[in-house]
Amino acid sequence: QVNDAESTVSVEFTPTIPHCSMATLIGLSIKVKLLRSLPERFKLDVHITPGTHTSEHAVNKQLADKERVAAALENSHLLEVVNQCLSARS
Amino acid sequence: GLKDGRWTVLQLVEALGFCLENRDPQMRGRGIQLLSQVLLQCYSLLQEKEVLHLVLFYESRLQDSHVVIPSVLQGLRALSMCEVLPAGLAVSVLKAIFQEVHVQSLLQLDRHTVYSIITNFMSTREEELKGLGANFTFGFIQVMDGEKDPRNLLVAFQIVHDLIAKDYALGPFVEELFEVTSCYFPVDFTPPPNDPHGIQREDLILSLRAVLASTTQFAEFLLPLLIEKLDSELQSAKLDSLQTLTACCAIYGQKELQEFLPSLWSSLRREVFQTASEKIETECLAALRALSACLSRSVLSSDSEDLLDSFLGSILEDCRHHLCEPDMKLVWPSAKLLQAAAGASLRTYHHITHSVLPLLLEQYTKHTQSSQRRTILEMLLGFLELQQKWGHMEEDESALLSLQAPICSVVFSALLDPSVQLQLVGIKALTVLGSLQGFLSSSDLELVVDHLIRLALHEEDSQSSEAAMEAAGSLAPTYPKVFSGRMVPRLEEELQSEREESYHSHHSLQQRCLQALAAVSTHTSIVRETVPVLLQHLQKVQKETEARNTQDTISVCQSLHRVALQCQEDAEGCWYFHQMVVPCLLAIAVQAAMPESTHTLPGKALLEEEVLAAMIPVISAATTHLSPELAAQSVSHVVPLFLDGEVSFLPQNSFPCSFQPFGDGECLEAQRRLVALLMAFVCSLPRNVAIPQQERLLRELLALSCSCNCPFTATTAAKCFAGLVNKHPAGQQLDEILQLAVNRMEPSLAEGPRRTQALTLLLWVTKALVLRYHPLSSCLTDKLLGLLGDTELGPATADGFSLLMAESPDVLHKGCHADVRIMFRQRFFTDNVPKLVQGFHGAGPDVKANYLKGLSHVLNHLPKPVLVTELPTLLSLLLEALSCSDRVVQLSTLSCLHPLLLEAPQIMSLHVDTLVTKFLNLTSSPTMAVRIAALRCAHALTSLPTTVLLPYKGRVIRALAKPLDDKKRLVRKEAVAARGEWFLLGSPGR
Repeated sequence: QVNDAESTVSVEFTPTIPHCSMATLIGLSIKVKLLRSLPERFKLDVHITPGTHTSEHAVNKQLADKERVAAALENSHLLEVVNQCLSARS
Repeated sequence: GLKDGRWTVLQLVEALGFCLENRDPQMRGRGIQLLSQVLLQCYSLLQEKEVLHLVLFYESRLQDSHVVIPSVLQGLRALSMCEVLPAGLAVSVLKAIFQEVHVQSLLQLDRHTVYSIITNFMSTREEELKGLGANFTFGFIQVMDGEKDPRNLLVAFQIVHDLIAKDYALGPFVEELFEVTSCYFPVDFTPPPNDPHGIQREDLILSLRAVLASTTQFAEFLLPLLIEKLDSELQSAKLDSLQTLTACCAIYGQKELQEFLPSLWSSLRREVFQTASEKIETECLAALRALSACLSRSVLSSDSEDLLDSFLGSILEDCRHHLCEPDMKLVWPSAKLLQAAAGASLRTYHHITHSVLPLLLEQYTKHTQSSQRRTILEMLLGFLELQQKWGHMEEDESALLSLQAPICSVVFSALLDPSVQLQLVGIKALTVLGSLQGFLSSSDLELVVDHLIRLALHEEDSQSSEAAMEAAGSLAPTYPKVFSGRMVPRLEEELQSEREESYHSHHSLQQRCLQALAAVSTHTSIVRETVPVLLQHLQKVQKETEARNTQDTISVCQSLHRVALQCQEDAEGCWYFHQMVVPCLLAIAVQAAMPESTHTLPGKALLEEEVLAAMIPVISAATTHLSPELAAQSVSHVVPLFLDGEVSFLPQNSFPCSFQPFGDGECLEAQRRLVALLMAFVCSLPRNVAIPQQERLLRELLALSCSCNCPFTATTAAKCFAGLVNKHPAGQQLDEILQLAVNRMEPSLAEGPRRTQALTLLLWVTKALVLRYHPLSSCLTDKLLGLLGDTELGPATADGFSLLMAESPDVLHKGCHADVRIMFRQRFFTDNVPKLVQGFHGAGPDVKANYLKGLSHVLNHLPKPVLVTELPTLLSLLLEALSCSDRVVQLSTLSCLHPLLLEAPQIMSLHVDTLVTKFLNLTSSPTMAVRIAALRCAHALTSLPTTVLLPYKGRVIRALAKPLDDKKRLVRKEAVAARGEWFLLGSPGR
């Protein structure tokens, strides 16, 4: 859901299975891609579709925490994985 | 000395005697080495007797110390190339080698020598070696056993292949020979990165495959091996096995395959059902096809069981039931397997379709969802297409004929289905059915045509309608009678009907009719029916007074153009079309250009630029493919029409007033516009057709182009003039007319009210001459270069450079027989770009942009490879062009730089600082196209070496944030792509 006037973007994603271990990484990748592709004025909210993941709350909290997202991108290993997810080449 | 004959070998041996008999093996080795080197150089001069002694000597040396052996082998290799080698010696040499030397303990080079000796003997002494019988084979097996080097393997495989192909006795050693070669299968070899020998994995695979698939004797060993490898995990092993299996099927027969068929089938089936790789699937299907073909080829003895039947039986058993579940995953693999088997031979086709087609038809009626029906129909289509491969059907054999009625009803029901996808498959099926000779009965054909008409005219979805027209076009040549008798009248009727419906739907129906008429005109007899209908409609549209008739006229012209293109290849049809259409169009146009009709609405509409522009391709296409005689006949009518108002050949030739397009007078403005039609005609004639009164025509055109006030007419006259000049044979006449043109142009160019017209003429004449490398062209281009500095004409001249370089749609291109030399663009580039650059540096600030614009037009049309090599000299100028404020210059410069960034990153990285700054500035240009191009270039920058770019990363990312919020979606899209790529630069995981 995009609200251009209020500059907010909200993304819901559904992990493949309720205990999908990649949920955090997927959320992080979506978030990073949006951060890179959207004008700065937008406020991002990436979260899991309610009721589709066992640790939904914990993941949402991680994704909403700016500090933790920034910290994750400082981690070169994690950044590598995220970049691999976002790289255009296969 | 030996070469000149001053020494004999005997003398040499005697001189070396001390060395050769020396106690020290090192010394002996060196002696023999010298002797061998000499022999290698002059083996062709040796006498038979000398050879005999030398061979005996070398043979005895084979028992010598291992230090000596390499040189001995060299010597023997030299001797093996001797033509005068006495009979029997080859055998004895080989025997000695097999006995005395343990080949695999030698170095690679020496092993190679042994293989060379064997190859030499095999090519010259085949008979003798065959006398050795199986011993030779056995000896060779021992020699090559354990070989590892790919270079030697290639030779060894070749030897084995020759052994088999030339029918040497293998004796009891078949299995050993197989073992010694098959141990390399599947080949697993990656050439070292700096391999100087250039042996590829593919070479080894192919030569090994040639060996393995060369004889049926290997079958009992090879097939189990192939099955085993097919069951392995390795992708490459599977591929190799499948390809080898396919190769084997070319020579195998039932006997060899019999035992292994069930396991082969189960492996193939498993692969096709499970694999994710398209390549393996294709190979599996190819192998299955080859197997079936192989089985159906073998001749049967009357009592043996037919393996083909049982093999196909098992395929059918395993695949049939999957076809009944069109929603399941295995439907398509099963269908493909069956189609592969059916595609092998006529016999397999009958066997399989006999069982599958009724099943599919039954399933079609059972399933009611259109998606399922679509799958089933697509499979059916696949089988029908295979039938085409076998050509004509034999009445009594074909299972298809007996199913004709149900197949037709299934296809027709698909055509009536509301699902577009199903309709499309149905239309495709119709095309296939129609192409099967004698399949459709005449009543069915009529039904087919009715369906096509309905779909083409009334189907809402444009995809289906287009497909139906396409199908009608492809079926029409096969059944011209039905189409001309049934479809054309219906379309004509629709076209003429005046319905009370809303104007819009009536209009779109007419459009469809026109398109369908054009689409179906793929056969001469149909063209004869459709062209009169189209022309009649054109005349009718002419008389209407509605505002829409411009558009309608253009649609008729488009349909006529399509018909013209379709009948170009057929001489008779082409002439018919030309005879019918060209006079008619001219008559309509002349009628409209008469003084009293120009004031009425339809007359005006017809003379509008876009209508004339739509007529040009029709006339041009109707003319280009005429044979010279017919074209000459036609030109003798058309040119007098324009020059003398000779209207007698036009269909309705009673005009109230004379036609004088080249005459003077205010009221003739409209008639002059018709020069466009003259241009379309004369500029499309083949070069060897003489144009009557060409001299006069050229003069008139020249005068018109210089004096006319209407830009359209002046441009058209200039184009016509240029088109004629381009084809005019060189000589005094041409020079005179060109001189005349130059004399006319110069004063008007210098000053006066008609400068633009003169410039247009200059541009077109220059183009005509540049294309044919005429000497005068350089003089004219210099004139153009001079005009770039003109404040008034400069911008127009700069744009003219794109006209010079680009392909023009209506005149002066290859299609209309113009004299176009290859590489004229490159030539123009090398001749004129230095001048452009020079002019740029010398020009005043207000006209600098013109030079840049001209330059970027030239560069834009240059082939990219040439551009990249010429780049370094021009780069600084291009960078300057980026800061020019003209957006055309910016755009074309950016599009020049884009490929360069991708193809010559090294040179570009020298200027990275300027590039980054300029690109980022241009991303905020007011023109959308420039913003997009700049962002694309910024994206392309990322292909430069990362180290060069890293200092700019932060800056670029910050700057690219702004276009992310652009108001145009396309700009935002490019910005996202570029920024994402810049983020990835230099970070891990890219």
